Amino acid sequence: MNKFETFTGIAAPMPLVNIDTDMIIPKQFLKTIKRSGLGVHAFDEMRYDRQGNENPEFVLNLPKYRETSILVAGDNFGCGSSREHAPWALADFGIKVVVSTSFADIFFNNCFKNGMLPIVLPQEQVDLLMSDSERGENARMTVDLEAQEITTSDGDVIKFDVDPFRKHCLLNGLDDIGLTLEKADSIQSFEAKAAQERPWV
Amino acid sequence: MSPKTLYDKIWDAHVAHEAEDGTSLLYIDRHLVHEVTSPQAFEGLRLAGRKVHAPDKTIAVPDHNVPTTAGRDNPDQMPEDSRIQVAALDTNAREFGVHYYPVSDIRQGIVHIVGPEQGWTLPGMTVVCGDSHTATHGAFGALAHGIGTSEVEHVLATQTLIQKKSKNMKVEITGTLSPGVTAKDIVLTIIGETGTGGGTGYVIEYCGDAIRELSMEGRMTICNMAIEGGARAGLIAPDETTFNYVKGRPHAPKGAQWEAALAWWKTLYSDDDAHFDKVLTIRGEDIAPTVTWGTSPEDALPITANVPAPEDFAGGKVEAAKRALDYMGLTPGMKLTDIEIDTVFIGSCTNGRIEDLRAAADVLKGKKVKDGMRAMVVPGSGLVRAQAEEEGLAEIFTEAGFEWRLAGCSMCLAMNPDQLSEGERCASTSNRNFEGRQGYKGRTHLVSPAMAAAAAVTGKLTDIREL
Ligand code: SF4
Repeated sequence: MNKFETFTGIAAPMPLVNIDTDMIIPKQFLKTIKRSGLGVHAFDEMRYDRQGNENPEFVLNLPKYRETSILVAGDNFGCGSSREHAPWALADFGIKVVVSTSFADIFFNNCFKNGMLPIVLPQEQVDLLMSDSERGENARMTVDLEAQEITTSDGDVIKFDVDPFRKHCLLNGLDDIGLTLEKADSIQSFEAKAAQERPWV
Repeated sequence: MSPKTLYDKIWDAHVAHEAEDGTSLLYIDRHLVHEVTSPQAFEGLRLAGRKVHAPDKTIAVPDHNVPTTAGRDNPDQMPEDSRIQVAALDTNAREFGVHYYPVSDIRQGIVHIVGPEQGWTLPGMTVVCGDSHTATHGAFGALAHGIGTSEVEHVLATQTLIQKKSKNMKVEITGTLSPGVTAKDIVLTIIGETGTGGGTGYVIEYCGDAIRELSMEGRMTICNMAIEGGARAGLIAPDETTFNYVKGRPHAPKGAQWEAALAWWKTLYSDDDAHFDKVLTIRGEDIAPTVTWGTSPEDALPITANVPAPEDFAGGKVEAAKRALDYMGLTPGMKLTDIEIDTVFIGSCTNGRIEDLRAAADVLKGKKVKDGMRAMVVPGSGLVRAQAEEEGLAEIFTEAGFEWRLAGCSMCLAMNPDQLSEGERCASTSNRNFEGRQGYKGRTHLVSPAMAAAAAVTGKLTDIREL
């Protein structure tokens, strides 16, 4: 996994609540056996018509949002399925950060596994970032994970919380499996004990 | 010892390692695998030269893509991309040596129906699958939840998951249900009440007399949709109903092991004074047959209600309701029972079990589906299908004008050819009414199996109590 480094990018507003994983990546694109290449299909049904032409009104199709790397989204973003294709598609599109008042649990987890940072903020602060993001390429925000800060184009600084373990993994590009395998002894002794206590499992 | 919830007890029994900040390695007893979310995980193992840590605890079955029409073991029946996914599962299952039920096996079916049916799912276990409806298995008092593909790879490689503990929520359904009201109506009512984000951060334990009265099938329907309320998992404490269901299943413990298991399972309940961070109580008597009108499972209302207007909501939901009404082609104020249906789908891991088919067949006996109606039954597994044929249910369905299909996910998510066309409107026993879920621009109303059967007969959303 790549290390998550401080960056400055364009943020796009997606105020709709309950944006679900079927909207982020419709099922016809789940048939791939690869992780890459899903970016062109992100938000497919909102972004294109049936013939594959771009819908000119969809936010990410507007010229000023083509280079978006931050989404500012409505409540309960990523609800629905466990499909990791959703964060794969967003990451492949170039999204590094999603900001919302809340996220669905599995989607939230999946982001971290793919080097993306979901940020939960109170409504007022999301509103502030939402209106800043409406200014398109004129508003570039900076996200500093180390300092846990978003700086808006006007220089407002918004602090955010992040789980320390996940922060550490993102900053250092650490792979979970490698980390867990370092604890192989604990797993082995758990298995030995469980085999005694619950041999039917 | 301080009192514990059921969730606390199962959690504590599975922590293999705990870091100072509470991040834990949770040991996984059963890992279910299907063809859509696993190819990249197996590929990851292969690239890293890793093995499956516990192939004996890993069960694979193709379900999402598989056709549900006759002759499907001929791979030419599938479009190429589906065939590649199913073939990848076949190769991976055999190469890594996990338990496997290919399409040609009568035990094949939807992963969440196969697990319990084969006795892989047992009380007190941790169960995961790369699928959000893994919550289904919570009906056994097992801690079960969906995971992403990176986590699938993590479990394959280590048989553990990196987890932080969720909070405890209790949803109590008191009293008894009125006639015509089913488990599906309970869970739709709960989600209508909490919203799709109401359970976020929680594991929900469902309890109360109305829950206790439910069969295992009904309990699975409830837990299945815990995720639709945003919860990590849903749980129901195991009891005699659970033990009777599990006993004698192919992979359930036998003899002395059964006795030992039973002794432990009987300790799996929330202690009297256990702390819940959030509690919701609903009277069973207040629950009516329930349907959804919009494009989120939280858009649930009693069948006697009218379609709401955007102004009935607040905040971001106003815009979402506007969009949903437009997508669904509905006018505020119209009666739900005036909504005309052209397609009926009975199946899915929510309502594709034998009892669901019985409930639908009961309504359909001696009746015909409305002219022009496309109606389909897709049993949840090959064994459910066989049993329904033995009980004469298949005949009732076909005589009424339903298609009688082979097992799979089918029109629940329309990854196979079973899809709605643009503008088609479906009464569906599945769990998601998202935009495009059952086909591009298709419209979905979530209902119970009996209500789906009733809609097939009348051509409209129908109050089952009046049929
Ligand atoms: S039946 Fe539907 S919800 Fe269940 S596993 Fe299949 S696609 Fe998912």
